[in-house]
Amino acid sequence: MRVVLAEDLFLLRDGLVRMLEAYEFEIAAAVDNGPELTRALAELQPDVAVVDVRLPPSFSDEGLQCALEARRNRPGLPVLVLSQHVEQLYARELLADGNGGVGYLLKDRVFDVEQFIDAVRRVASGGTAMDPQVIQQLLSRRAQDKPMANLTAREKEVMELMAQGRSNAAIAAQLFITERAVAKHTSNIFGKLRLPPSDDDNRRVLAVLAYLDRG
Amino acid sequence: MSIVDTSAGRRRPSIRRSLLAAAQGLALALLSIGVSLALFILSVVSIALIVTGVGVFTTPVVLSWVRMHANQRRLLASQWSGVAIPPPYRPLPRDMRPGVTGVVERLIFLLKDPATWRDILWLLVDAVAGFVTALFPPAMIAYGVEGLLMMLGLWRVMGDGYWYGFIRVEGFVSGVQCALLGAALLATAMWVNPYLVKAHFLIARSLIAPTRGAQLARRVERLYETRHDAVDSSAAELRRIERDLHDGAQARLVAMGMSLGTIEALIEKDPAKAKELLAQARSSSAEALTELRDLVRGIHPPVLAERGLGDAAKALALRMQIPVEVDVELPGRFEEPVESAAYFAISEVLTNAAKHSGASMVWLDIHHSRSAGDMLRIAVTDNGRGGASLDKGTGMRGIERRLGSLDGVLAVSSPPDGPTMVTMEIPCEIVVAGPTGS
Repeated sequence: MRVVLAEDLFLLRDGLVRMLEAYEFEIAAAVDNGPELTRALAELQPDVAVVDVRLPPSFSDEGLQCALEARRNRPGLPVLVLSQHVEQLYARELLADGNGGVGYLLKDRVFDVEQFIDAVRRVASGGTAMDPQVIQQLLSRRAQDKPMANLTAREKEVMELMAQGRSNAAIAAQLFITERAVAKHTSNIFGKLRLPPSDDDNRRVLAVLAYLDRG
Repeated sequence: MSIVDTSAGRRRPSIRRSLLAAAQGLALALLSIGVSLALFILSVVSIALIVTGVGVFTTPVVLSWVRMHANQRRLLASQWSGVAIPPPYRPLPRDMRPGVTGVVERLIFLLKDPATWRDILWLLVDAVAGFVTALFPPAMIAYGVEGLLMMLGLWRVMGDGYWYGFIRVEGFVSGVQCALLGAALLATAMWVNPYLVKAHFLIARSLIAPTRGAQLARRVERLYETRHDAVDSSAAELRRIERDLHDGAQARLVAMGMSLGTIEALIEKDPAKAKELLAQARSSSAEALTELRDLVRGIHPPVLAERGLGDAAKALALRMQIPVEVDVELPGRFEEPVESAAYFAISEVLTNAAKHSGASMVWLDIHHSRSAGDMLRIAVTDNGRGGASLDKGTGMRGIERRLGSLDGVLAVSSPPDGPTMVTMEIPCEIVVAGPTGS
């Protein structure tokens, strides 16, 4: 799997390259600024891009803007955005096109190598990886809403993990329940929130995120 | 100082406005010839009596009446003619001594304030020029009406030898002439009455508005105060950051270093224990990161640096527990201190609204206006229970101080039962044009 990596701090970039190579990703390019990232995304056609939000030359949200631009040109181009801080505003912008293949994680998440690699793979295959912090902010805002209040504690847990983009199998493993139970919980959640049922995992995640982000 | 045209604007003349101006003129004339003159005499006498000692006690009282009287005229000026006359008085020092010493102190302070002398001069001018200008509007109406009445038969009553203006009243023909003159007067009054009232206030303004010197003195005083506050609060802020780093991230890094040292020693003897310590070190580093992140957010929020005030406010609104409707209209970015002060002010006000108001909805409106100088205007309105005030809690005073160092102001309107509206204004210029991304 070919990866384009954009990170301006040498140590972090180097670390990420080593980590990704150890898990048999092919590093198509590792760049340290916005213009080079735009070029790499356009020319190298990677399977997934891992991008830091803040990049030279402006040190504003250059990385995010490049990623959004690249996705406009090539809808669904898988992009995993990393940042020192997470903002719902940015998550919303990334999810806005409804195409999936989007990740948005705190840089700290690379500490847990397995989970991070899993997130990269998920995004590359068109799935979603949302930082638990983003999801928690969304959930706490909607905690008082009527349909949300009807969810059981377990259903809320399942919903939180689902919104992060985890597969049924991963949710089952984390909560120590069977996959069948997870499937039952998810269908309950969809029923209670009056969301149209869907068999496609990615569609389902996007529906939940859209629900949480509404209003 | 600017004259805001409200009532005496360039609108069509109307009978109603002309009559209203006549009534206002009459009231002003009475104030001028009655109160102003009386106060002028009282002040002069009272100041003269200082030599005998009696004046020491009467003068502060009389002068406070003078100020009340002048303030009333300032208020009327803005209400009736839209003429803004800011008060020029120096603020009284707070630590006045009690007893006779205090009274003397107060007297000296009042007599040293040039505004006092200008007030007294104004009393005299008001009783003469002010009186005359104020009397014109009602007089013209009255005299005009008299002219009309002449034609309707008043000429019979007045009889020979009465002069109406330049017309000698002799019979019906001269009555008609009187009516024509009266009509002309009334027509003129229709046009000029509001302007005459305004002229009265302009005369007042030339004396009871702050002089340039007073304005500068006040400005210097304000700058001195706000600079002091700014230096104070930035020192306190640095102290807080130092403490947070010292107790937080720094301590965690020390702990991590220690764990790593122990791990180095244990790794061969007791790999299981070493692994456990490694997990601990990792969680320490994660916690240190979280703390640093919170600290950074408190110093200069990353979204603000990345996107500017508009988007930072939107991001802030998304973090709030209650729904916040954000309306941003900014043509570009501002200087960093302005953006930062505005951001933290918004953050504090939103947090207060969410915590204390019991509101179910908050509206945040941010826009930039060029009408009266470049100005960033922020309004936060909620539908909560109201009763908020600047003096509840230290947060709002802190905002006021921080805005003050940028010449910004903060106002809170919060009647019991709500709604609460907090407005802030910061004079500032756009430094980077273009939309701030939305």
